[in-house]
Amino acid sequence: MIWDWDYAIESLPALLRGLQVTLLATLLGSLLAFALGLVFALVRRSRVPVLSQLVWAFVEFWRSTPLLVQAILIFFVLPGFGITLSPLTAGVVALGLHYACYTSEVYRAGIDAVPRGQWEAAAALHLPRSRVWLGVVLPQAVPRVVPALGNYVISMFKEVPLLLAIGVVEVVTVANQLGAQTFRLVEPLTLAGVLFLLISYPASLLVRRLERRVGVL
Amino acid sequence: MIVFDGVEKRFGDTVVLSDLSFTVAPAEHVTLIGPSGSGKTTILRLLMCLDSVTRGTIRVAGQELTGDEKRSRQVRRRIGMVFQQFNLFPNMTVRGNLIEAPTRVLGLSKDEANARAVELLDLVGLREKIDEHPSRLSGGQQQRVAIARALAMRPDVLLLDEVTSALDPELVAGVLALLRDIGETTDITILCVTHEMGFARDFSHRVMMFDGGRVIEDAPPERLFTAPEQPRTQEFLKAVLGR
Repeated sequence: MIWDWDYAIESLPALLRGLQVTLLATLLGSLLAFALGLVFALVRRSRVPVLSQLVWAFVEFWRSTPLLVQAILIFFVLPGFGITLSPLTAGVVALGLHYACYTSEVYRAGIDAVPRGQWEAAAALHLPRSRVWLGVVLPQAVPRVVPALGNYVISMFKEVPLLLAIGVVEVVTVANQLGAQTFRLVEPLTLAGVLFLLISYPASLLVRRLERRVGVL
Repeated sequence: MIVFDGVEKRFGDTVVLSDLSFTVAPAEHVTLIGPSGSGKTTILRLLMCLDSVTRGTIRVAGQELTGDEKRSRQVRRRIGMVFQQFNLFPNMTVRGNLIEAPTRVLGLSKDEANARAVELLDLVGLREKIDEHPSRLSGGQQQRVAIARALAMRPDVLLLDEVTSALDPELVAGVLALLRDIGETTDITILCVTHEMGFARDFSHRVMMFDGGRVIEDAPPERLFTAPEQPRTQEFLKAVLGR
């Protein structure tokens, strides 16, 4: 197979448009995963055992099933219950829910790492529960887990192509479409891979730098 | 001011405090001494509601600590505690540490809380550190800020849990001098767990010797340190004072 530079350059604008969708899905999916993961982590510590066990069961179940199955379920099965989502929205929800199950564990570890003395000092000052969390515990727990969260963002970014199955027009979908039109897959798929590399490698270096800084409050 | 009545505290099968009864009068300074594991710190933790009693009652200013939640919360607010490990909030500046509870719990305005923070930092000699984070302070400075933070809540009862144990020896004197000053200039009731026998001697109105979760001797310091009655107290003092 001969590499055709003209075709590669010609494919680039469409691939970059696809990349924008990939980045958008990653960004929105991450925000959802960060927010929902925190909610899961807090509910897991709830004083209501039923609530905490329900969330535990959901997290364990959802973490043990493939993202692809979850995305298909959300996009193709939910309409049967009256919930119809666009491919991108369904993809973001799938990514967000799936990764929330992982980020909840990350938050849990971060919260557990806050020394017991901090909780006791907050109790000794009679701070209300909301302030204990928002003013004392989370500001100490979250910075510690930022690198781990960053790793999940990179991982999520690389899993966005799975949303091809539900019709999200992200970068690999675009490469596939170009290949279907021209019967040449090497250039668009290679470029798609290079685009992933160009973003995920610097991002992983950034996360490594963050890891080195963690612990300095 | 403080009444322990038949208090028992168990952790599983381990009895930490056994049928403990004593009272502390308002403005009294009581030091709890005894070997490690004798239950001294547990008493402070029970008063601070960081642990709960297994049996018996604790009353502060006539109000049962474990009784009606709303009323006991009012009385709990009158108790402050300083910990061995300082436990300052590292995500806040010294100012943040000092104004957090007064604004959130006592409902003081930021200006009022700030003025109080400056006043207290003057008292502990750290006014210039007001905008520093705790990680930039020495252990002794952190402990002085922790004392100021507890005082910012205007407590009627102050609990001091081995507040110099984590400090380098050269920093201990400054903290103890500050506590002496607070003891002399306020009418706060103070319960203090310490291994600093010299401090216990000249700071306390009463010293209680603990062993095995019980008070085995309770006397003014001048008597307890010079003529202890119990052989266990004599043995303990001999060990810690080296004579």
